[in-house]
This record gives sequence, C-alpha cells and structure tokens, in this order.
Amino acid sequence: MRLVVDLNKCQGYAQCAFLAPDVFAMHGEESLIYDPRAREEQRERLARAVAACPVQAITADGLEGAAGAEASAGMGAGDASDAR
Amino acid sequence: MPADHLDWLRREGRIVVVGASLAGLRAAETLRAEGFTGSLTMIGDEPYEPYDRPPLSKGVLLGKASPLHTELPHRREIDAKWRLGVPATGLDLSAKRVRLADGDEVEYDRLLIATGVRARPWPKEDEARLDGVCVLRTREDAADLYRRLKAGPRRVFVIGAGFAGSEVASACREMGIEVTVAERAGGPLVGALGGVVGAVAADLAVENGVDLRTRVTVTSLEGDQAGRVRAVHLSDESTVEADVVVVSLGSVRNTDWLAGSGLGAGPRGIACDAGCRAFDFRGIVTDDVFVAGDVARSPHALFGYQFLSLEHWGNAVAQAETAAHNMICHGADRRPHLWMPAFWSSMFKVNIKSVGVPPMGEQIMIAQGSLAERRFVGVYGHKGRIVAAVSFDNTRWLEFYQRQIERGAPFPVEYPTVDRRPEGRQPVDAQFPDPSLPTHGPMVTMSGYSPADQQLVFHPARH
Repeated sequence: MRLVVDLNKCQGYAQCAFLAPDVFAMHGEESLIYDPRAREEQRERLARAVAACPVQAITADGLEGAAGAEASAGMGAGDASDAR
Repeated sequence: MPADHLDWLRREGRIVVVGASLAGLRAAETLRAEGFTGSLTMIGDEPYEPYDRPPLSKGVLLGKASPLHTELPHRREIDAKWRLGVPATGLDLSAKRVRLADGDEVEYDRLLIATGVRARPWPKEDEARLDGVCVLRTREDAADLYRRLKAGPRRVFVIGAGFAGSEVASACREMGIEVTVAERAGGPLVGALGGVVGAVAADLAVENGVDLRTRVTVTSLEGDQAGRVRAVHLSDESTVEADVVVVSLGSVRNTDWLAGSGLGAGPRGIACDAGCRAFDFRGIVTDDVFVAGDVARSPHALFGYQFLSLEHWGNAVAQAETAAHNMICHGADRRPHLWMPAFWSSMFKVNIKSVGVPPMGEQIMIAQGSLAERRFVGVYGHKGRIVAAVSFDNTRWLEFYQRQIERGAPFPVEYPTVDRRPEGRQPVDAQFPDPSLPTHGPMVTMSGYSPADQQLVFHPARH
C-alpha cells in the first residue's frame, strides 16, 4: 500500500507509531518518519493507524477490505475519507 | 464563457497537465472528483509515477524508507493518459499545443502547468561532473546519495545550510559520518527563518558534531586523477578533504521550456492570479492556462497582495485543488488560492514547523518556551501585525498562531501565552539577511507586485 502523511497537519500524537510501529516511528519528541510503501502484512495495522490519527493526516490507498478502512471512511471529512 | 461551452469542456474537453508530481496528481484527482469526464493527459519528465519528495532527505536517508518507493497514494482513479519520461519542450499558446521532447505535440482546451523546480547544480560544470558531487531532488539523487552514505565516506561536505542541506547533515551524523557544512550566511536556515532562529539551528548542528563553517563560500571542488572529488576549497583559504559533496543551493524553477511562449514565465516562476490563471508576459491574464505548485507565484491577500512563490508541499496540494476547480467551473464559482503558507522540517530529532511568511517579518518575539531549550514558538511581526510563527518541538500551538495571522492580530504579541518567559516579552530584530545578497534561497520568495518581471518588451534571451 502507498501512503503519505500530511506533516503540516501532524501534531505528533504518535497513535500511528503505536498502532503500526513497522510503518511509523517517532524521531525525537514530535517528528514522525514513516515508510511510504507499507508491506502487505501491515494492511490491518495501517488501516487502524489511518483511522486513529487524531488530525486525520494519513492518506493511504490499497486498503480495501481492511478492518480500519471502514472506520476511516466513517470519519467523513479529510484525507482519510480518500483511503480506499 | 458561455455555459454550453463549459458543459462541453467538462464533458469532452481535453485537459493536459504538464508536471506529474504532487501538484499534477492532486489536480488530476480533483478534476475527476468534480466531474470532468473528458480526456486527461499527464506529462512528466521523470519516467516514474508521481512520488513524494520530502521523505527523500529524511526517512530515506535514515534507512526507514526506500528511495525508490515513495510513490504517492492516489485519492481516486484518474483515468489519464500518461506520458512519462518525456519532458515538455515548448508551448504554443495560440494553437493550444504542448510540444514534447520526442517531437510529439499534444493539443489542449485547458492546460495546467505544474513543472516544479529542480536542484540548482554546482555552477562549475567540470567540477559538478566529479564523481561524488551530488544534489538531492529526485528519487535517483536520493538512491545515489544513500548508496554513497552507506559506503562509509570519510567525510561528507554539504554546500548550503538551508533545510535540505541541514537535513542531509543531520542524517550523516545519525549514521556516524563526519560532515562539514558551509554556509554563506551567518547560520543555518537564516534565509527562511532569520538569524535569531538560525543561531539555535547552528548550536543544534554543532552540538551534534557537525563541522559548521559560516560566512564562507566554496570556491572550488578538487578531483583526483580518477575523476573523484577529493577536497573542497573555501573562501577563507581553508581546504576540507571530503569524498562526498552535496550541493544544496536551493532550486531552479522549471520554466525554460516556456521561453518564447509569451507566458509571464521566468527564473522566478510563472506569474498567475489568485485563481491560478497564468499571466502572459504583458501582464494580461490567460483563461485557459493554469499554474500550480512550486513553479507558480501568485498574489496573496493576507500578505499585502505580494506575489509569493512557495516551495511548500502543502501549497502544491492546495493550489492544485484550486487550479483544478477553477479550470472547469464558471467565473462566479471560481475560488482564490488563499492557502496559509506552512512547512515542516526535522533535523537532529527536532521538529521545525512554520506558518505564515517569516521573511516578511522584521522582528521576532519568543512567545512560548525558550531558545536555549530548543522548544519554543517564535512570532514574526511586520508593521504592527503578526505575519508568521515558527515552532521548534512545539507544533500543537501553531494552529493558534495561524488564526492570529489570519485575523491580522497585533504585533508585538499582547495576549498572555502559556510558558511565556521574561526574555520573550520584547521583540528583537529577526535578523534576516539583506535580500539583495545571494544566499541559499528562502523557501518563500516575495517577488513584489508585478506579474511579469516589470517589462512589457519581451526579451527571450533573458529567460
């Protein structure tokens, strides 16, 4: 899956780093680094991270069928609603 | 524009997007999302689908991401014809045709130009060709630099302490590589954030083991007999041995292909109105050519209607969305591009973010936290108004300051803030360098009020 984080929106809540640590990592106190190409086995974790981001800063594609994808679409506005 | 023509355009018109990166992709998605069902052609000089660049100097160099896999997620299907790996070489405004490097021509009813910028190369070509002299803009650049860093160079030399150069230096230190950074100004980041904040960035670099040389320029790069770079000569007559040199001197706008086209395009970018419509060189707005992203410069109501060029990720997205919307709607439904400038960087594990236009400020106040702790918010003022804010590891406050900027709140800051320190009660000179002196480019360029280089006579040779 491809993903991008809008780091203007990101406020370092670290929910993603907690839910999908192989994709997202905090680097210092509030800066985030991430792998823009998540491996297939990360699908569920990535979907949860997208849904859990308090500022809805993560856009990912290729999440069809993942449990969290439904949740993120249900959040309505913002980039996460584009997660497919 | 008669309504039936617009209906026809939306239904079966031909839209061409030149530039297949972040702005181009987001524009294409917006066109489809807003109901454009005609033909869409995406032209890009790089042979890759749109990919994200910010990770190339951060996560990629830290080994968290592959330089070859930062492709951008798509928000929706765009059903486009892709012409990748083929640069556009010319534009015929009257015939509405884009010329391509392979000799092909593509006709359009509406055109979006999102050709962005490229890395400014080292100006001496023979030295720039030395093995080990790198720039960092494309994924190939990033793959090459990462490979060289992994090979364990004895020393990396970074020319220019803007954001990109500082991020490279930070990555080198995390990898345990010795690194020297040379900067013409008095400290890192001063073009973008001024000398007060630059001094903090300088301390941060030095504490992390960077050999920082300020107020010097690089006079020449020296190669060995095999054509590999081996040393860097500086204006203070010192010499530093290095086997990787990263040229980080800002960027050059990709407008060369428009020379002679009649558009108001030049080294500062392509001038457009707030609705993203390009000006021609006479300063008259076109109605079928739009611009978005790093290559655009457009007037901003919040900042005295000055024309701003913003090399910001968020600007590329927002301007692309606005341009795409305006390309396929009636005049009365058009929107202005009034995005609040914002960017981020991180270096030495410190998160640096900004809103507004810092170089417009003459003064700065540290409204929260302290410079010494490297956790603070600095507020920039211009003519009694707040025009920008910068945060070091304090991002959650920036939205508050963004609202202050939007409201034209007074400067000096009068309201009490959380964690206000005694030393932050008085504004001080923000210490931006004289803009007429060449230094690394600020990420925001204010280029005055004229849309077309203040000249009504067209001089192709100057572009």
